[in-house]
Amino acid sequence: MNHLDLLTFARGSALNWALIIFVAGVVLRFFEIFGLSRKTDLARPRTDSPGSGWRTMFTRSIPPQGMLKREPVTYIAGYVFHLGLFLAIFFFAPHIEFFRSITGLTWPALPSALVDASVVAAIVALAVLLAHRLNNPVKRMLSGFGDYLAWTVTLLPLLTGYMAYHHLMLEYTLMLSLHIFSVELLLVLLPFTKLFHTFSVFVSRWYNGDFFGRKGVAS
Amino acid sequence: MSATLEKGLNAFKEVIDTPIASYFSSCVHCGLCAEACLFYNETGDPKYTPIHKLEPLRRVWKQEYTLLGKLGKMLGLSKQVTDEELSEWEPLVYDSCTMCGRCSMVCPVGNDITYMIRKMREGMSASGHAPEDMKSATARAINIGSPMGIKWPAVQAQIKHVQAETDIEVPVDKVGADYLVLMSSMEIINFPEYLSALSRIFKQAGVSWTLAPDAFEATNSGIQIGASDLAREIVSRIVVAAERLKVKCVISPECGHAFTAIRWEGPNLMGKPFGFEVKHILEVLDELHAAGKLKTEGKDKRPLTYHDPCQITRRGGVVEQPRRLLGEVAEDFREMPDAGVMNWCCGGGGGVSANSRAEPLRLEVFKVKKRQIESTGVHTLITACANCRIVMEEGLEHYHMKVEVLGLTELLAEYLVEGE
Ligand code: SF4
Ligand code: SF4
Repeated sequence: MNHLDLLTFARGSALNWALIIFVAGVVLRFFEIFGLSRKTDLARPRTDSPGSGWRTMFTRSIPPQGMLKREPVTYIAGYVFHLGLFLAIFFFAPHIEFFRSITGLTWPALPSALVDASVVAAIVALAVLLAHRLNNPVKRMLSGFGDYLAWTVTLLPLLTGYMAYHHLMLEYTLMLSLHIFSVELLLVLLPFTKLFHTFSVFVSRWYNGDFFGRKGVAS
Repeated sequence: MSATLEKGLNAFKEVIDTPIASYFSSCVHCGLCAEACLFYNETGDPKYTPIHKLEPLRRVWKQEYTLLGKLGKMLGLSKQVTDEELSEWEPLVYDSCTMCGRCSMVCPVGNDITYMIRKMREGMSASGHAPEDMKSATARAINIGSPMGIKWPAVQAQIKHVQAETDIEVPVDKVGADYLVLMSSMEIINFPEYLSALSRIFKQAGVSWTLAPDAFEATNSGIQIGASDLAREIVSRIVVAAERLKVKCVISPECGHAFTAIRWEGPNLMGKPFGFEVKHILEVLDELHAAGKLKTEGKDKRPLTYHDPCQITRRGGVVEQPRRLLGEVAEDFREMPDAGVMNWCCGGGGGVSANSRAEPLRLEVFKVKKRQIESTGVHTLITACANCRIVMEEGLEHYHMKVEVLGLTELLAEYLVEGE
């Protein structure tokens, strides 16, 4: 198999399988969550605060009073990483082209240099977060194989994407294939690791916001 | 009813609902919840990380309610929850969690960790892994009617005392009164001022109220230990009395967890919405004040600060009321750092104060309250929970701090305009 065949495979059946597992996994995980019951709260809410759950989905991204100062590394590196990754996934011209090919939708891209910078920032942030995870006693205690696996499979697409773009180390076609494979690995593992928070965070934040909203406390 | 591991594990399975499944699914192991918890902050010991306190419950969720976990269990790859493990977790779930709710405000993915601890205690108590002191307090609440073993005659003695002191009749068993007043054991034993303050305020405001001999105790040990069947029995006494006396509203006393027990958990324990309202005493006082029925005269000259009880403020939504009331009677009111919904717990909530084994730890984590109070420079501390009050008085004494603690109702009564 030459490099071009490999790329064809990466873009073809490998991608299809990865997407199938990804979608099926996400659906399964949501079934696992919503398949359980939830009793309606019979206590009269303090105020009708419609939308408290929906608002919390967004407001929880802001550090609560005093927390940024307590844990600046987690917050700042966390923001940089999430933002960098988001820009790289959705605003890199070739990625938009890919999304157009499967969904038909398109939107303006950011200049490549900017995407490049955000990828570098995201990689640096990931490195900082790993160092912090290894050094901070709380994080170290909470971490297991799954956490380091999640870290690795998140880093790989960023790293291979960066190297492919800059034609580093390996021949471009090969590197691009590796980049696509790494994304596929991420897709396959996402539903079954803590990376699933990408989706479930909206559910958990909703419940939290609803709880506090009923009690008249904005969260 | 004997407690067994099997019952405990079944209780774990039963309490896991959609929110809990979403919380465990979302946790990214960022550790931020630890930063919010007074037990971690004051000791620096990572085992006090809030989400870590739930580890056995998390594994039951994973093994029972996720496909991967079930596969792991079938292949014998996963570690089962054992009695030894639950014994090890008992101090984490009871002694080092006051269910203060701070972690739930901070978790970036929105996990309501406090809610999960409350639920986890159901399995802990069903498997026999609850602190002895809390077991006996719950037994007293069920058999005698109050966790501290107080009976109605003790309340009667206090009523007599109040009547002699204030010359105001304390109504008992008055059908058709607007309000049913509850008290906590702590108040009955330690703070008789509350009942006398209330009698005077209500007389001046023209409020129709009553006490009930079969439902004077507001606290609920069943909730703290995590035994919903017992919690229901305790709440039902209040519901029965409120319905019998046809009151419009039940007033939860200056007690934090009693408010959570009746206001928020009560209807859910009973399985039906209440036909009456439940309000915390501060809400009632604030309403009387807004209606111009609570008139005060003069202001307290002492610099003072207010400690927000967790269950009343963060978990109960009574935030502005005490500040409005204090504005009327305090000349130099100073907020502590982090006051309001992010206030730090006194260290004795969630049954911790009833658990003598937890005392050294409770005194250690009081350091955060100490710093908060010191930064305001006051020597008078107002609060609205008899449990916080006792816990803080002990903490203040332990650290040789000269600070007086008062209930807000009592402070208001001092400046009441009477006899108009
Ligand atoms: S703060 Fe939330 S996401 Fe972070 S470790 Fe605690 S529970 Fe998990
Ligand atoms: S509820 Fe309070 S005491 Fe309990 S784990 Fe959370 S922050 Fe700590």
